Amino acid sequence: MAIRSVSSSLDRVGDPAQTTFMGRLHIDLPLLAGLLLLSGFGLAVLYSASGQDLGAVERQLARLGIAYGFMFALAQVSPVRLQRWSPPIYVAGVLMLVAVLLIGDVGKGAQRWLDLGAVRFQPSELLKLAVPMMVAWLLAARPLPPGLGRVAGAAALTLVPAILIAKQPDLGTAVLVATAGIAVLFIAGLSWRLIFLIGGVVAALTPLVWYHMHDYQRQRVLTFLDPESDPLGSGYHIIQSQIAIGSGGIQGKGWLNGTQSHLEFLPERHTDFIFAVIGEELGLSGILILLGLYVFIIYRGLAIAVGAQDSYGRLLAGGLSLVFFVYVFVNTGMVTGLLPVVGVPLPLVSFGGTSMVTLLASFGILMAIETHRKSLRI
Amino acid sequence: MRLDSSIQDREREAHLVAVRAAISGVLVLAALALVIVRLVHLQVDNHEHYSVLSKDNRVKVQPVPPTRGLIYDARGLLIADNHPSFSLEITIEKVEDLAGTIDALAAVLPIDEKDRSRFDRMQRQRVRFQGVPIRLNLTEEEVARFSLDSYRFPGVDVNAELIRTYPLGDLTAHVLGYVGRINEEEMGRIDGSDYAGTHFIGKGGVEKAHEGLLHGHVGYQQVEVNARGRVLRTLEGKPPVAGRDLLLYLDMGLQRAATAALGDNRGAVVAIDPRTGGVLALVSKPSFDPNLFVQGIAQKDYHALLYSPDKPLFNRAVRGQYPPGSTVKPFVGLAGLAAGVIDARKVKFCPGAYRLPGQSHRYRCWRRGGHGTLALEQAIVQSCDVYFYDLAHDLGIERLKGYLGRLGFGDRTGIDVSGELGGLVPSKEWKEKVRKQLWYPGETLIVGIGQGAFLATPLQLAVATATMANRGHFIAPRVARATRLPGDKQAAELPAVSRPVDVTAPGQWDQVIRAMTQVVESPNGTARRIRTSDYLIAGKTGTAQVFTVGQNETYNVSRITERMRDHALFIAFAPVDDPRIAVAVIVENGGHGGSVAAPVARRVIDAHLGGTQLMADAGPEHGD
Repeated sequence: MAIRSVSSSLDRVGDPAQTTFMGRLHIDLPLLAGLLLLSGFGLAVLYSASGQDLGAVERQLARLGIAYGFMFALAQVSPVRLQRWSPPIYVAGVLMLVAVLLIGDVGKGAQRWLDLGAVRFQPSELLKLAVPMMVAWLLAARPLPPGLGRVAGAAALTLVPAILIAKQPDLGTAVLVATAGIAVLFIAGLSWRLIFLIGGVVAALTPLVWYHMHDYQRQRVLTFLDPESDPLGSGYHIIQSQIAIGSGGIQGKGWLNGTQSHLEFLPERHTDFIFAVIGEELGLSGILILLGLYVFIIYRGLAIAVGAQDSYGRLLAGGLSLVFFVYVFVNTGMVTGLLPVVGVPLPLVSFGGTSMVTLLASFGILMAIETHRKSLRI
Repeated sequence: MRLDSSIQDREREAHLVAVRAAISGVLVLAALALVIVRLVHLQVDNHEHYSVLSKDNRVKVQPVPPTRGLIYDARGLLIADNHPSFSLEITIEKVEDLAGTIDALAAVLPIDEKDRSRFDRMQRQRVRFQGVPIRLNLTEEEVARFSLDSYRFPGVDVNAELIRTYPLGDLTAHVLGYVGRINEEEMGRIDGSDYAGTHFIGKGGVEKAHEGLLHGHVGYQQVEVNARGRVLRTLEGKPPVAGRDLLLYLDMGLQRAATAALGDNRGAVVAIDPRTGGVLALVSKPSFDPNLFVQGIAQKDYHALLYSPDKPLFNRAVRGQYPPGSTVKPFVGLAGLAAGVIDARKVKFCPGAYRLPGQSHRYRCWRRGGHGTLALEQAIVQSCDVYFYDLAHDLGIERLKGYLGRLGFGDRTGIDVSGELGGLVPSKEWKEKVRKQLWYPGETLIVGIGQGAFLATPLQLAVATATMANRGHFIAPRVARATRLPGDKQAAELPAVSRPVDVTAPGQWDQVIRAMTQVVESPNGTARRIRTSDYLIAGKTGTAQVFTVGQNETYNVSRITERMRDHALFIAFAPVDDPRIAVAVIVENGGHGGSVAAPVARRVIDAHLGGTQLMADAGPEHGD
């Protein structure tokens, strides 16, 4: 499918999407179909990966319900309002990150949670949305492509929360938040010269990053480079994950028949490493179906970006779509041994709540961008 | 919104975004293509390799230890049994924080100081990757309680195993020995693969001597395990071959009677059926409870046994090497007859002491006044030392040693009780080699009356007595008669090792036996007080010197402390014409053989042959 042309978006004044039933509900049918298929696939895999624990499936289903609720709710919010609210949401998010570092709860050895009385809340998740919104807000205020000053401003808006999150420490989320800002910049037409320049600076700063890493983070990188050096310790995840995937072959061992997962050789099998369960039980063929679903959803997101009515919508939709892609790539890369182990879940398949809500909320925003249209005054 | 911007501006912006989105799409596809290439590498190119690794992960070969054979006495009484027991074992190599794990376990199950100290002791001599028990004899309730929490204790497992028990305890300790956990040294000695999964090994006695029969052969099973090593199901396997049961000659009725006959004395009794070489009773007192050793004895209990002056762990019957004293005289007499050095009818004169030609040293007879003239029979009946000094002198040490060796002295008898010692018949060669000294002719005389460097075990005395009863047919003694597979009716007899002991004329055995019979029957015999009308008993008393009496001193019993008193010895067999039992008795520091050791032998013979029991002691009497 070709990316929709610019002129077609201009033709969509009084678009039928506004008048159909789904249009009135602000639902994008192709995106919803892709997401539902993916969620269903995820639930089936989770049932197997959790050791046929229906309780886990039910809890995941409940979370999905909440997340879809968020998606639906955000789809109702017009992008204009979202754009207006971007700066206050961003500022509130950064303040909460600071609060987490000062008074946050410690969970799994890292400070990530903010206790708001009844609910425990992870501000870093909010930033996954707030950063692309804020950067899109900044860049959309002037004609694209952005000048050097705006690029620097966007970089600052991205790096401040990313560094705060990395300090919690939560490298996975920091990477995703940074990616969100960079993705928006890229979509906005960041000049290639700057892209290569930044790439060079980042490469030059690598030793500095290494110096500031926590021991366990360094260990992950070292283990990634040579998993056999510590096969029972930090290399265990990667080795067992590769055994699971490799032993699956093309056809897979069959749903519910994965020995690596069911006999518990595979750690984190229903959360971060669930992709290995798919590889083991459903084989390469199952994985290709899953990746096909992801490609479809990313494609649809990019199409919405191209078809959006204004720069803010285009930048935000493109940025959110690319963040979704980064989720998929970092997770599958980590599980297959292409990338170091970073705590990034497989979107909409891994067991776990917070990131799922954020993800579906971002799809709610995409739907809003697609379905809230106004007549253009020419 | 910049509503004032021109359409061109907006179109340019939209175009820019569309181009960037398209580039993004290409990058997305390129990145996912990289992932797919990686997946093809794992799932297609290296599928075989990872399939093997996956199978290795989940399929483990486990050894299945065989069940140890049971041991039955001559009447079919079970004297070594296996009973199931649950123990909690820690595989130290699988545990990160050992002290923390034990403390956490103590919160779930009672673990006391004794458990901890036993664990510390056993883990020092453990075999790598074998569990070390932290708790023994768990109740079913304790097993259930641990099972609930077992997920918290990787490397800690409940192990159900069969534990050896000895229902008769100290009654069988010295003859059966016991089993205990395999230690590092034993691990190096045995076939490790056959003992994979076996925790116990025979540590002494019959248990050690027949280890090969009792143990059986290991089996294996392929099992599917999960990442924590928990076995989920058995895939295939080969069952173990159970150890063979042992059927013994040992008669617990007689064993009990012999133990009772020794009373509170330290000593040993060995009873043999001369017809088979079968050991009917083998007692060493004091004894100990072998069950304490099976699972590892507490340090305190062990030290109490080890350092007790009565030496309860010492198997006097097969390891106790005593000067045989006068009990050796019938055998020396036989050697004299066989060598033609003496004639049974020819007399010698005993003036109370013997002097070698050209020497002033007087070798004293136990009777200071002397026995006057006597032939072989009376020399044995009255145990005249001078007669045997002369006989030994005429024989010479080499010939004497040769005959004694054929009767089993000076070498291990080959009994199937582990740890046997061989005693010592001294010789010129031995003395030059070991003591780097020359042999003096006087030493030959001392050997002739069973003293000096001459040492024999009670077992050797019993075997020589049985050979005498058999009129020269030596059968190596054995405790086990036959073996049987568990559940089988048919038992396989174990082969006997026998050989003839030659003399010049067949009647020479009976000449000595007649003399031994008179030791009991004759009014001046040294063992006359055990005479019975039920059957004829042939015997010989003896006294083993613990304390050497100086040349011009007399032996005064009351002046010598009990531990310095002589050991009392007695050998006997009965009935004389159809011998069914041969006995050797030693009572440590018992004094005279005739008054202390002979009644013990009589009670054992009575118990076996069903004779009327001997009345209580009638006080001490003299005679060696």
